[in-house]
Amino acid sequence: MSPALDKPAQGAKLERIEVSTERDLSRVRRAVSTWASTLGLGRLSKTRLVTAASELGRNMLTYGGGGTVHLDTLRRGGRMGLRATFSDSGPGIADPELAFADGFSSGEGLGLGLGGARRLADEFHLETEDGHGTIVSVVNWQGG
Amino acid sequence: MERIAIAQIGDCLLVTIRVDMHDRLALALREDLGRELSRTQASGVLLDISGLDTLDTFIARVLGGIGSMARLLGAETVLVGMRPAVAMTLVELGLTLDGVRTALDVERGMAMLHRKDR
Repeated sequence: MSPALDKPAQGAKLERIEVSTERDLSRVRRAVSTWASTLGLGRLSKTRLVTAASELGRNMLTYGGGGTVHLDTLRRGGRMGLRATFSDSGPGIADPELAFADGFSSGEGLGLGLGGARRLADEFHLETEDGHGTIVSVVNWQGG
Repeated sequence: MERIAIAQIGDCLLVTIRVDMHDRLALALREDLGRELSRTQASGVLLDISGLDTLDTFIARVLGGIGSMARLLGAETVLVGMRPAVAMTLVELGLTLDGVRTALDVERGMAMLHRKDR
């Protein structure tokens, strides 16, 4: 597939949420849920994206010292997608492949967060550099 | 502080979770249930999660912990009313919720708790 064709067109910015306590994770879940409904994502796709957002938000809080969630829309081939992007300026992930493995956790979680979020999302993108923060985004599409 | 209500029906405790279950609320519920189980000596706990549209790994872990704790206090836990999309998402996450049994709705869950062969 050509990367140029595959690249989604930029859509509208929807919402920006600062995450510094676990109560903010509720706001993130609610916002993702509301926008997923508004954009007409299917029930399963919506539940998967809200759950992925909850896992990524908690990772950001636990390991990144909090951060920011941006919600925006994407458009590709006549379909709309909802993207949630999680940015923190924490320590970054030293070994992303290891962090994806189920059961891997450097904290007290179940170690299903990152790998789980990747499985739940239609698209998953991770940028991290040891010592320089982490940006993770997940996208679910209409009709997905 | 906001709490989730615990109702007693016969020798069972019924918990209906209607709101978005944030972390602290879930931990408070676990604590309250422990106290209520020891106070009432209930033999069963029904957790109705039909109002929950998401269940992430943290909440799943707390629910599993409630099941384990209840067992130590002499009570069985049945989780009822899980939405199909939530169940499919849990499977994709790799969560099995080993500590608790499940039933489709409150009625079936109650029947499960009252069966003699449990």
